[in-house]
Amino acid sequence: MEASADHSGMPPRLALRHITKRYPGIVANDDVSLTVQPGEIHAVLGENGAGKSTLMKIIYGAVQADAGQIEWNGKPERIATPAAARHLGIGMVFQHFQLFETLSVVENIALALEGHFDLKTLAGRVAEVSRKYGLPLDPQRLVHSLSVGERQRVEIVRCLLQNPQLLILDEPTSVLTPQAVRALFDTLRQLAAEGVSILYISHKLHEIQELCDRATVMQAGKVTGEAEPRQETPASLARMMIGRDLPVCSTSAFAGESQPVLEVRGLSFANPDPFGTSLHDVNLTVHSGEVVGIAGISGNGQAELLAALSGEQISAPQAILLNGNPVGNLHAGRRRDKGLAFVPEERLGRGAVPAMTLAQNFMLTAHRNPDLRSFGLMSRTRARLHAAKCVERFDVRCNGALSAARSLSGGNLQKFIVGREIMQNPRVLIVAQPTWGVDVGAAAFLRQTLLDISRSGVAVLVVSEELEELFEICDRIAVLAGGRLSQPVPREQTDAENIGLLMGGQSQAA
Amino acid sequence: MMQLLEPRAYPSVLLRWTAPLIAILLTLCSAALLFLALGKPPLQAFHVFFIEPLQTTNGWSELLLKASPLILIAQGLALGFRARIYNIGAEGQFLIGAICASGVAIYTDGLEGWWILPAMVIAGAIGGGMWGGLSAWLKTRFNAEETLTTLMLTYVASYLLSWLVSGPWRDPGGTNFPQSILFADPAMFTPLIDGLRVNGSIFITIVAVPLFWLFVTKSFLAYQLAVGGEAPAAARYAGFSAKYTVWVSLIVSGLTAGIAGAAEAAGPVGQLTLSLSPGYGYAAIIVAWVGRLHPVGMALSGLLLALIYLGGEAAQVSMQLPAAISWLFQGMLLFFLLGSDAFVDYRLKRRRKAAGAAAEAQA
Repeated sequence: MEASADHSGMPPRLALRHITKRYPGIVANDDVSLTVQPGEIHAVLGENGAGKSTLMKIIYGAVQADAGQIEWNGKPERIATPAAARHLGIGMVFQHFQLFETLSVVENIALALEGHFDLKTLAGRVAEVSRKYGLPLDPQRLVHSLSVGERQRVEIVRCLLQNPQLLILDEPTSVLTPQAVRALFDTLRQLAAEGVSILYISHKLHEIQELCDRATVMQAGKVTGEAEPRQETPASLARMMIGRDLPVCSTSAFAGESQPVLEVRGLSFANPDPFGTSLHDVNLTVHSGEVVGIAGISGNGQAELLAALSGEQISAPQAILLNGNPVGNLHAGRRRDKGLAFVPEERLGRGAVPAMTLAQNFMLTAHRNPDLRSFGLMSRTRARLHAAKCVERFDVRCNGALSAARSLSGGNLQKFIVGREIMQNPRVLIVAQPTWGVDVGAAAFLRQTLLDISRSGVAVLVVSEELEELFEICDRIAVLAGGRLSQPVPREQTDAENIGLLMGGQSQAA
Repeated sequence: MMQLLEPRAYPSVLLRWTAPLIAILLTLCSAALLFLALGKPPLQAFHVFFIEPLQTTNGWSELLLKASPLILIAQGLALGFRARIYNIGAEGQFLIGAICASGVAIYTDGLEGWWILPAMVIAGAIGGGMWGGLSAWLKTRFNAEETLTTLMLTYVASYLLSWLVSGPWRDPGGTNFPQSILFADPAMFTPLIDGLRVNGSIFITIVAVPLFWLFVTKSFLAYQLAVGGEAPAAARYAGFSAKYTVWVSLIVSGLTAGIAGAAEAAGPVGQLTLSLSPGYGYAAIIVAWVGRLHPVGMALSGLLLALIYLGGEAAQVSMQLPAAISWLFQGMLLFFLLGSDAFVDYRLKRRRKAAGAAAEAQA
């Protein structure tokens, strides 16, 4: 607030008036108005699908609004392309970085610049800017050797070199350790103090409370409220965002006998991809009735470990035991025969075939059921019945079992896939990023579902980037960083700080 | 292409099925221009091409005779196409099927028995299947693209045929023509009606269409193939073997082509000759796409392509048009179909609309 007060006499840096953007079948932005003052850190808060990203793309010139107008420093402007936005002084740091791994930091930055420059002077400017804003960065390093946090710094420095008056950050902390988040916040506060306006998109309430001066809350394409986050509570912000209270999960202790179900012993994997991660001597045991979480930032061996566990990548037989039997050399189908179920991170294209119906997608892993397949023939009627049962039991919102997988929202498709896997009565359920891109209500439902299934005696392994999620549902938490897995620690004996140190310390070394 | 086109959010199912009709219409329009350029009245040419062949019983017999192998081969090819395994060498598998069947006929010449003809068909099926299997082995063992190997093996097959008919299997009683002996009656499909060429082999196709329809809609194997084609990562996730998909696709498509080749040798041709195939193996690719890979759709498109063959022959005779005219029709049909398909999934980027909206925003 102090920063914006200094500029009270000036016109707003950015004013959106009655912006509307329609896509076929959906209104992404419905009469959205928003004002950002110079030097203000302004949050745009909303669930996935609330229309935040579309709005930002309109500001950045990547998408054109159907109606409404944009005022920049008090003057109406037409922002036709991202290049035009950059000329005005608008910079954007995307959630998914747009960097070339085989090029150096300064080469990557040079690609985004216009006009004449030589790499040597540019390297000097990069070093200067990164020092000034507390973003340590070596201009000559190749991007593939950088950690995720460092790559984000490259993106931010790239924007800062163009002296922006407005910086847009889309979910910037989803890939950062708690320590790196704090460093980022310091940088953003310094920028705001210099008069740069910041639009901060997030669904993490505590971050917004800590960082932002004002917040615009969006729901289903509309603005549902404006708030000063520091005057609000997380509960009141959540009510604005989802229209009701934040649901909480309920846990009970497992009553049955706890036995090791999934055991990983000295699993190593040398990745043939030079930019991939290799696994080094991974050891892990998951017992029946417990949820074990693997924290860490994607790219630290998560994809490789999951492929090795699911059987999409084969390893030594003794490296993975299922109910005490070696399964490391069995492919995914054979492991499913033995009671393993898996929900992958990519729902469309891996967990489900986009163009096929839910009934057909149900067969993907449920074809073992003799009710659905006999003598090499499938029963479409029964597949439809089973899929409809899954839709009902797991609250999948769709037009019935014959709707195409790609017509479902991320959260509903995830509920369908998790439901399908649970209906196979697995002994062990492995879930990757269970609530990635899922709205708050569906996320709570999914977390509760995972807890319930574990307490019914299933061993559950969750791999997630969301620390809060892991602390909410896991009994034990380990960290995967640089292809090495730390010893799992009971939830009560650790905290986000410690897990963050494990995530950061080793990922920097990778 | 990406600069001109952008993907449609919801490709229309109706449009997907009308795309072949649009392609046919465009082919006819282009053909009309072509006939005009050749100095032939288009309406008369269309009459010769599409109406005259169907005005006689013999015309219908020829239509079925030509449609039968096209439809049969397309059924096998479609199975692979759905799994994104592109066998474009059905022509070679067709020739190998004919060679294997002819081998049986030549070595059993003089013998009597009901089993000779079935043995020929089975030999053709095995030969064609193995020829397709060869590409499957190359793909699974060496990761060699099946589009290349199937096509190249077609040349191998045609040279093998040419060596056989001008060497070991040449008719000793012939006048040095590169062709085998004429097959004896037990090695031939008998005509269904005296004086016409349509023969019992069409029943193989008539049975195959519903069998393939059942297979595609009901079998778990066809489902696995479809998943492998639609989303390879989902197939891996489910534990379906990608190699298995390759083997099944190429062997089954080789097998149907091999049967068609055997039926051609044991039917209208009645011997092994250099000019055994009028390009059925290639035309069947068009049949498969125009028929939308649907077993019944392909039966219809097979009849259409057969009519184009017949019309081309009629146009040669009564209008002195070159033989290449049939190929031109086939080529245009495929070209326009692929073009129409592109517009089913994509649409032209409309720059003007975006600019208009921005101007409105400025106002």
